[in-house]
Amino acid sequence: MSAILDVNDLCVSFRQGKRRIPLVENVSFRVEKGRCLGILGESGSGKSMTCKALLGLLDDNFEVTGSSAFEGMPLLGASPEKLRRLRGGRIGMVLQNPMSCFDPLYRIGEQMAETLAEHTRLGRRAMREKMVDILNLMRIRTPEDVLRKYPHQLSGGMLQRVMIGLAMSLNPSLIIADEPTTAIDSISQFAIMQEFVRIKRQGEVSLIFISHDLGVLSLIADEVMVMHQGRAVESGTARHVFDNARDAYTRHLIDQHKAVMSRFLAAIHAGKTPREGSAA
Amino acid sequence: MTWLEHGMKNYIIMRLLATIPLLLGISFLCFVFINLIPSDPAEVALRIRQTPIITEELIAQTRAELGLDQPFLVRYFVWLWDCLHFDLGFSYTNPARTVLGEIGRCLPATLELAGLSLVYVIVLSLPIGFLSAVYKDTLFDRIMRGVVFATTAMPVYWVGLLLIWLISIKCDLLPTSGYGGFSSLILPAFTVALSYISTYIRLIRNNMLENMREDYVLYAQARGLKQRAILVRHILKNSLQSCVTAIGMSIPQLIAGTIVVENVFAWPGVGRLCIASIFNRDYPVIQAYVLLVGVLFVFFNLAFDILQYVADPRLRERKS
Amino acid sequence: MLQQLFKNPVALLCMGIVLLTALLGIFAPLVAPNDPYANDILNKFAGPSWQFPLGTDQLGRCVFSRMLYGIRPTLFLSLLTMLGTIGLGVVMGITAGYFRGTVDEIIMRVVDVMLSFPSQIIILAVVALLGVDIRNVVIASIFIKWAWYARMIRTATIKYTNMNFVLFSRSIGSGNFYILTRHMLPCIAAELAVLASLDTGWAILNISTLSFLGLGVQAPTPEWGAMLNEAKNVMVSNPEQMIVPGIAVVVLVGAFNMLGDCLRDALDPKAVRQ
Repeated sequence: MSAILDVNDLCVSFRQGKRRIPLVENVSFRVEKGRCLGILGESGSGKSMTCKALLGLLDDNFEVTGSSAFEGMPLLGASPEKLRRLRGGRIGMVLQNPMSCFDPLYRIGEQMAETLAEHTRLGRRAMREKMVDILNLMRIRTPEDVLRKYPHQLSGGMLQRVMIGLAMSLNPSLIIADEPTTAIDSISQFAIMQEFVRIKRQGEVSLIFISHDLGVLSLIADEVMVMHQGRAVESGTARHVFDNARDAYTRHLIDQHKAVMSRFLAAIHAGKTPREGSAA
Repeated sequence: MTWLEHGMKNYIIMRLLATIPLLLGISFLCFVFINLIPSDPAEVALRIRQTPIITEELIAQTRAELGLDQPFLVRYFVWLWDCLHFDLGFSYTNPARTVLGEIGRCLPATLELAGLSLVYVIVLSLPIGFLSAVYKDTLFDRIMRGVVFATTAMPVYWVGLLLIWLISIKCDLLPTSGYGGFSSLILPAFTVALSYISTYIRLIRNNMLENMREDYVLYAQARGLKQRAILVRHILKNSLQSCVTAIGMSIPQLIAGTIVVENVFAWPGVGRLCIASIFNRDYPVIQAYVLLVGVLFVFFNLAFDILQYVADPRLRERKS
Repeated sequence: MLQQLFKNPVALLCMGIVLLTALLGIFAPLVAPNDPYANDILNKFAGPSWQFPLGTDQLGRCVFSRMLYGIRPTLFLSLLTMLGTIGLGVVMGITAGYFRGTVDEIIMRVVDVMLSFPSQIIILAVVALLGVDIRNVVIASIFIKWAWYARMIRTATIKYTNMNFVLFSRSIGSGNFYILTRHMLPCIAAELAVLASLDTGWAILNISTLSFLGLGVQAPTPEWGAMLNEAKNVMVSNPEQMIVPGIAVVVLVGAFNMLGDCLRDALDPKAVRQ
């Protein structure tokens, strides 16, 4: 197995005047081809920061050190232009708030087209066909209509699917999904997770899946890294982490999850027996 | 698409109807204004006709003739009817001239002035605001912020005087004052524009910075779009959405703002006419000027409101 | 918020400037070296000297003394304007926001009409109607500005009358008017201070502009705008006459504007972080 992405000793700090506030410290991980790395942690733990730092999405106020290689090519220290060509092309991204991730003033089709135009040399007709294909692949029923719509006219789940489709469209070798299910309703959440599982099954693409939700991660992650206050506190295969977490914080997360799940299961079972006990 | 355009038409009609009470309010204010002045309009009218001896009887007769014995509201509507027919009465100081003629004579000069200052505002504040936001906290941005701050504290007339002294007297580049050709227009227009330029530099800069923090910018970067394309196609377009409306609504303010500058540069526009009329107590001219600016204000508000509505897909949707 | 303000050196500097100017204005008769009206035609356009720190003008009057006396109409009349504006605005705003219904409707329509005119035009119209005089300029300024405050205070009144602690104090039997003055005004005092500080700068500019046009303070009385108007006439021969009053206006207005910005920053810590 070859590593698609290899990150060593990544540190990110925020410059405030002369002070440096460390945000991410000494994080290292590998993503193998066709596998999924889950990054787990509460908000503010540095999960998203890590990925933004890798892709050069942080501005000058942040200082990033460490080393990283994507398909053998260094990412940190690469020129902004080189990183830009990677983003959206070889590395696709799916972000958290689908409702606010699209420019409200342009139609979906226009925004998809500008992305495709940036990375390919398709003609008008071919571009149109490609976009319809993408949406069909994402099981959107009326692709032509969706292309003509403005972002505010579509639901969060729909926009999230457009985002996933767009990330998949240029045959990336890595997709980074930053809390893709957090901001949408639970029914769409399930559908979105199905899309990711499907993508993973095809085995072409590696995934980095960032979430604060252990339940979601357990559906898809092969390896899991747990982050807490800017540090990687636990890592290993998903089963291993779930069963024998050594770190106190991770155990806390897992226990909580188990407690919620058992209550949930209890509630479901209680619901099956008529009336009594439904108060649980 | 047809239902959408239908909604748009409804919105425009609604908006047009909403201006009617506002216009009535403004005209009523103007009418009240002329009725508050201490002198008797009948007496004034007699003097305009150069009647040699003004007697009480004659005044009473003229009152009836002019409809001044009618109730207040009736007179208001008669006056309004005249206004709608562009009949604004005669100047007190120069009875041979109609108010409309006076305004019409001076308006072109003011419009030239306001027009060129609008050009200045757009040409200077857009790029400077844009660059200040893009190169935030660099030397350029700092200097521009200093300039913006200084200009908001400077009295317009003082800027005008300094410009006359520096450019016209010291360097002898442009005429000091008066009306004659394009070269005499450059300095006054710049003086009018200056305070608006700094307002809009600040507006555009802040708006751009606000937009830069939006999620759609992050996603545009994540899609690998070029930084320049993101700045121009996305951030600038979104910022302009609100700025264009603000600039459009300030057009009547530009026209009103020429008053001071016209007096500094001896520019023969309506602003100078207005100040002269105040000194001469030529009330109908002042009234017409106030009415003119008020109507312009309402009109431009309306026009740019509709423009914004047409340009923003979100608004279009919501209102219909 | 006040503590934060006192820690900010820029805000302190601005307050210092305003305070110093005010003191100089109040004690002008004691500080001024010469009579601001005493002219000495033989000694016109004199350069700075011990007797005339800033030189003399076209009639040989002491520029420094005239500047000091000029603080009175410039600064104090603009403060008076703001006092009147805020007073009227508060009364109208609370009346509209508290009683709602028809009263609210009438006041707000008037506010709409007021706000739909550029302020300069209204001021000119009022001055034209009442006659050329500085008192009328102040009245006109109040007449145009109150609408902004009325609108803001009305919004605040409506917001606060529905807030829990106001409902609570009503439930324990405090009188309506007592509730509003006691609880709501302190809540919006900060917002009011920002607006008032910025508008004082505006009022100074406004008074000096109208005096410059000859519609405000009249000729021999020292006022910065009026002084600039006189300087305009001798601009070709003695341009230095425009410098002192102009810079004084810029510094004072700048101080008020900067103070307003500092107040706003102290009020809204989020904005500073940007």
